[in-house]
Amino acid sequence: MGTNKTRANFGWQRWLTIDTIAPIAVGLLVLTVWEVSVRVTNTPAYILPTPSLILTTLIRDWGILFPALFTTIKITIAAFMTAVFSGLLISVLMAQSKWIEKSLYPYAIVLQTTPIAAIAPLIIIWLRNNTFAALVLCAWIVALFPIISNTTFGLNSIDANLRDLFRLYGASRWQTLLYLRLPSALPYFLSGLRISGGLALIGAVVAEFVAGTGGANSGIAYQMLIAGYNLQIPRMFAALVMITGLGILIFVALSALSDAILGDWHESSVKRD
Amino acid sequence: MTNDQPVISLHDVNKVFENGTIALENLNLTVNRSEFISFVGPSGCGKSTLLRIIAGLSNVSSGTLDWYDLSDRQNLAFVFQEPALMPWSTVRDNVKLPLRLAKIPQKEAEKTVDRTLQLVGLENFKRAYPRQLSGGMKMRVSIARALSTNPTMLLLDEPFGALDDITRNKLNDDLLELWSQQRWTVLFVTHNIYEAVYLSTRVIIMAARPGRAIADIKIDVPSPRTEEFRRSFVYSEYCQQVADALSKAMSS
Repeated sequence: MGTNKTRANFGWQRWLTIDTIAPIAVGLLVLTVWEVSVRVTNTPAYILPTPSLILTTLIRDWGILFPALFTTIKITIAAFMTAVFSGLLISVLMAQSKWIEKSLYPYAIVLQTTPIAAIAPLIIIWLRNNTFAALVLCAWIVALFPIISNTTFGLNSIDANLRDLFRLYGASRWQTLLYLRLPSALPYFLSGLRISGGLALIGAVVAEFVAGTGGANSGIAYQMLIAGYNLQIPRMFAALVMITGLGILIFVALSALSDAILGDWHESSVKRD
Repeated sequence: MTNDQPVISLHDVNKVFENGTIALENLNLTVNRSEFISFVGPSGCGKSTLLRIIAGLSNVSSGTLDWYDLSDRQNLAFVFQEPALMPWSTVRDNVKLPLRLAKIPQKEAEKTVDRTLQLVGLENFKRAYPRQLSGGMKMRVSIARALSTNPTMLLLDEPFGALDDITRNKLNDDLLELWSQQRWTVLFVTHNIYEAVYLSTRVIIMAARPGRAIADIKIDVPSPRTEEFRRSFVYSEYCQQVADALSKAMSS
């Protein structure tokens, strides 16, 4: 509120803080050392390319890499959206009775602890006619658990006095869910989103690797595999940079969404002077 | 002052918790209309439990709780030790909650909220969120929420315990003034002897382990009570009387 206004008065200068300068300085230092040591030692590009070569490759191969990345983005978004809605639904269902929660929650954990790389081949075989759906399913399995565990925890973390208050005024189960439990769970749900978004991308990339060169809808991991086979190591690095960049973008976007929603009321978004 | 029209009576009420603690033992109490009763006692004397039982948030283990007029039971409001506000809602929406739960039409609810916020002096903070308010203001919101349903009976569980003396005195005066206008039946739990004597028409002193009532002192001073009463000899006499009873309660 008030703090935001004073901050705005500083304009672009507010970006010049230790939060931004320190990591950028470290990044530049590492890149410089990398660039110089590769050049000095004459390391061939198929072992370790220089950062500048990776950058030029990224620009040159954009036409090949970006469509592949776009496929991965589609898989990630589809898996993430499905995970958000199904996770929310399952959590609300589990919140309705201890019985449902006790019967379902262990299986949510099973889903979480099963290594995706181990079951991805099975899923891809079962859904061999629809690779896209198979990849989405794999990414969904990875992305689902943080939503369920965070939202369930949030739905159960209700202020005891508020619970009494709702009882006192004879609130129905539906009213309690709508006006008390869901708002209480919101901060937990949003922090679940942030974890889940990154995991959806990782799930999609891992599944693409497992699907391998047979994939008809080839994502960015497919391009990395092909580049690896052809010893186009700079292109592999360029693809890696894109995946990491996408991951950061997802995290920043979901953090911004969380801040926008919690805005005025939650302690986590309160800035102290 | 009170015409001794009973609202509730409790007969031989016992409350034993699952862990074996006896929260209340053989409690007998009759509450009359428009009385302002304070319950004073050491922690563990069951005063909060008693309030929860009357509010229907807890059951008796044995004994009976009788209501003379069921409308009092339906028009009951509770103010907790903490403000217990919904952090995601504005002051207005927090106060509106009981009306919303009762499905009161929007327009009527808005009017009631405006009126109750005016009563507690927060009409300019309608759009504020709880975290932007001081402790005293949060308590005022909590009281406004309790008043929004136009209760005939008001239960307050150490509502001002966490506040500083200046804020507490101000809220005491405001509460007293509202009570003299609205004439609710008030049950008030507190640790503070001075507060109890200042506000109440009756002070009940309780002892712990097991929780029981050991003294029932009538404060026979008509309202309006003002700063003058706080400085009067009668006031300090009553405080002494309550303090004596309380030290007996602590030693027993």
